[in-house]
Amino acid sequence: MLKAVILVGGPLKGTRFRPLSLDIPKPLFPVAGLPMIQHHIEACAKVPNLKEIIILGYYPPNDLSNFISEMAQKHDVVIRYFQEFRSLGTAGGMYHFRDQIMFGNPSGFFLLHGDVCADFPLQDILSFHEEKGNSLITIMATETSKEQALNYGCIAKHPMLDYMTHYVEKPSTFVSNLISCGVYFCSVELFETLKTTFKRKQENAYNGLELNGKDCEAMQLEEDVLTPLAGTGRGYVYVTSKWWSQLKTAGAAIYANRHYLGLYRTSQPMRLAPNSKTVTGDVFIHPTADVDPTAYIGPNVSIGPDVTIGAGVRLKDTIVLDGATIGSHTLVINTIVGRHVKIGSWARVEGTPCDPNPNKPFAKMDNLPLFNKDGRLNPSITILGCSVKVPSEVILLNSIVLPYKELTRSFKYEIIL
Amino acid sequence: MCGEEPNIGEMKALILVGGYGTRLRPLTLSRPKPLVEFANKPMLMHQIEALVEAGVTEVVLAVSYRAEQMEKELSDEAKKLGVKLIFSHETEPLGTAGPLALAKDILSSTNEPFFVLNSDIICEFPFKELVSFHKNHGKEGTIVVTKVEEPSKYGVVVYDEKGCIASFIEKPQEFVSNKINAGMYILNPSVLKRIKLEPTSIEKEVFPFMAEAGELYAMELSGFWMDVGQPQDFLTGMCLYLTSLRQKAPEKLYAGPGCIGNVLVHPTARIGSGCSIGPNVTLGPGVVVEDGVCIKRCTILENAIIKSHSWLSGCIVGWKSVVGQWVRMENTTVLGENVNIKDELYVNGGQVLPHKSIAKSVQDPQIIM
Repeated sequence: MLKAVILVGGPLKGTRFRPLSLDIPKPLFPVAGLPMIQHHIEACAKVPNLKEIIILGYYPPNDLSNFISEMAQKHDVVIRYFQEFRSLGTAGGMYHFRDQIMFGNPSGFFLLHGDVCADFPLQDILSFHEEKGNSLITIMATETSKEQALNYGCIAKHPMLDYMTHYVEKPSTFVSNLISCGVYFCSVELFETLKTTFKRKQENAYNGLELNGKDCEAMQLEEDVLTPLAGTGRGYVYVTSKWWSQLKTAGAAIYANRHYLGLYRTSQPMRLAPNSKTVTGDVFIHPTADVDPTAYIGPNVSIGPDVTIGAGVRLKDTIVLDGATIGSHTLVINTIVGRHVKIGSWARVEGTPCDPNPNKPFAKMDNLPLFNKDGRLNPSITILGCSVKVPSEVILLNSIVLPYKELTRSFKYEIIL
Repeated sequence: MCGEEPNIGEMKALILVGGYGTRLRPLTLSRPKPLVEFANKPMLMHQIEALVEAGVTEVVLAVSYRAEQMEKELSDEAKKLGVKLIFSHETEPLGTAGPLALAKDILSSTNEPFFVLNSDIICEFPFKELVSFHKNHGKEGTIVVTKVEEPSKYGVVVYDEKGCIASFIEKPQEFVSNKINAGMYILNPSVLKRIKLEPTSIEKEVFPFMAEAGELYAMELSGFWMDVGQPQDFLTGMCLYLTSLRQKAPEKLYAGPGCIGNVLVHPTARIGSGCSIGPNVTLGPGVVVEDGVCIKRCTILENAIIKSHSWLSGCIVGWKSVVGQWVRMENTTVLGENVNIKDELYVNGGQVLPHKSIAKSVQDPQIIM
C-alpha cells in the first residue's frame, strides 16, 4: 500500500503570488480550470494501490475543507488535511505527522511540493525507486541552464548508478545543472533518518549550538536531510525530461495553465472546449460560464464558473476566475482576471508573458523581481485582483491591480493599490 | 461704395502651396499636402471653392514640388468650378513673399486687389467680407487675424480700433494682444513693388514696413481657425470643421445607427453593425468599418478597412490601410498609405510610413520606417 503527502505551506507563504493569494489560498488557485493541487491529487490517484493522500500545511482547516471533501468524493482514495501548528519546514511537518503517515503500514509514500506543476511521472519514479532496492528517497530531477540552476536545489549523481553524490540548496556558484523538482518517493525507513536528524537538532538546540533564533522543531528536507544523505548511497536521482515548472509567482500561472491544458489534450481531451468559430487551441470553459458565440477564445485560456464573456470579446493566454464579467469587444491577453472582476466594453487588458527563453535548452521560467534596477516595474502579466472594475475603452498594460479597486482611466506599468 | 456690394468681378488669388509638407508626413509621402483630404475634400479644394464663391476666377498655385500630380488631380475640379488654375513653379524655395514676385505679371494684370493664402489654413473663409473691409479702408493691404488662447507661442499683431496695424511682436512675454496672423491676406498690386524675386518672408520682410507706412490693416476673423499642417492640429481642425458644419449644413453629417455627435461619412463608406462611430469622425470614400468597431476623433481616408472589434481614437488612417481585428490605436497615430496593422495589436502614437506591415505592438510613440 502506498500514500502521498502534498506540502502546501500556509497563508504567510506565497507572498510572491499576491495579489491573487490575498483572497484564494494559493494551493487552490485554479490552473487549467482546476485548483493547483488538484493536479497533484489526480496524478496520485492514478497510481495503483495508492490509498491515501495527506495534505500538510498550516492554513486554517476551513480554508481547505470544502476542497478536501469535494476531492474525497471524486476520488477513490482517502484524502485528509493535517494542519501544522506553525510552519515546521519541508521535513518538520512530515515528521510531526509520522504516525498518521505510517498508519496502515504503507511501504512508502510520494512527497510533492504544492507549488510545482508538472506532467508528474509518478509510476516511473516508483518503479525506479523499487529497482534501486536500498533507496530511502528518490528525488525527481530535471536539467536546467547553468545560470538558472543557482536558484534551485542542485544535485550531483553517480553517472551510472544514479545515487546522489552531492546536494546543495541554491548555491552561489555553479555545482550542477541537475535540479530537484520538489517531487520525491520516500521509503518508510526515511523516518529513521528524520528521527536521528530531529534528535540531533534538539540536542544541539539544548546545548545552545544551533539556536540562533531558529525553530528547533522545524526541519528542512533539503538542508537537514538531503545534504547529509548525499554520498551515502541511500538517496537516488530520477531524471525526467517531461515538462516541469515552479509556480511561485502569479506570472508563472499563465505558463502553467498553457502546459496543463496541453496535457489535457492527450490525457483528458473532454476537458477541453471543442475548437469552433469561438474557440481556438487549448481552452477550458467551465460549464456554468456564459460565453457569447461571437467571442473568440484561445489558445491557452481557462474560464471559471459563472463567468460572462460578452459579444466579440477576444481572450488569449488568460485565466478568468469565477464570476468575472468581460464586456463586448474587449481584448484580454496574458492576464489573470480575478474573481468577480468587471471589465467594460472596448477595453484592452494586456500583460507581457514571462515564459522561459525558448532559444535556451532546458531553460526554466525566470522569477523576475517586481521591479528592475531603475525602479520601473518589470514587464509581466497583468493581474486584476478580485472585484476590480475596469471601465470601458481604457488600456491596462503590464499592471497589477489590488482587490476591490475601481479604475477610472488607463494604466501602464503600474501597481494600483 | 459704402453699404454696396463691392465689385468683385475678375479677382485673382495666390495660394502658397510650398514644399514637401514634412509636418504632415507620413501622409505627404504619398500625396502632396494640398491633396490630402480634409473632411473628405482635398485641403486645397476647401480654399479654392471658397475663393470661387467670392468671385475669384484665377488661382495661382505657388508650388515647388510635385506640380504634375496636383495639376492632374485638380484640373477637373477646377473646370467644374469654372476657375483657372495657374501653376507657378519655384525652382528654389522662395519663402512666403518670393512667389508673389514670381507671379507678378499675372497678379498685376489689373488693378484689382488679390488674395494670398497659406495652404494649411482651415476656417470659415471670410473672403467677401475681406474685400469689403479692404476697399473700405483703401490702403494697400489687409491681413486676417484670429484670436488665440496662448499668444506667447506666436507672433501677435497690434492694431487700433479701426484695424490699422501698429506693429508685429514675435512671441511676446507680456500680454500685448491675443490676435495672430491667420495666413490670409488681400493686397493691392502696388504691394508687389515692395517684393524682390528672391527668398523673402512676407511676415518679416514685407508686412512690418507696410505697417510702418500705415498701409496695413487687420480684419478679425469670426468663427474657428486652424493651421492643419500637422497631425494633431489636423484632427483638432476636423473637430472644429464638423462643429461648424453642424451649424451651417447639418444635412451633410451622418445620422445612421451607432453614430455619436458630428460624423462625416462618404456615401460609399460602409459601417457594420454594433459600431460606435463618433464624435468627430470622418470616413472617406470606399472605407469599410466592420462590426463592433469603436472610432472617435479620427479621419479614415479612402478605401481603408477597419476590422471588427477595433478601437480607434485620435488617429489618421491612410488610404488603403488595413487595421486588424481587436486593434487599439490612439494618441495621434498616423498610418501612411497602404499600411497593414495585424490583429490584436496596440499602437500608441505610431507614425507609420507607407506600405509597412506592423506585426508587433507599438507601446510608445515612435516613427516606424
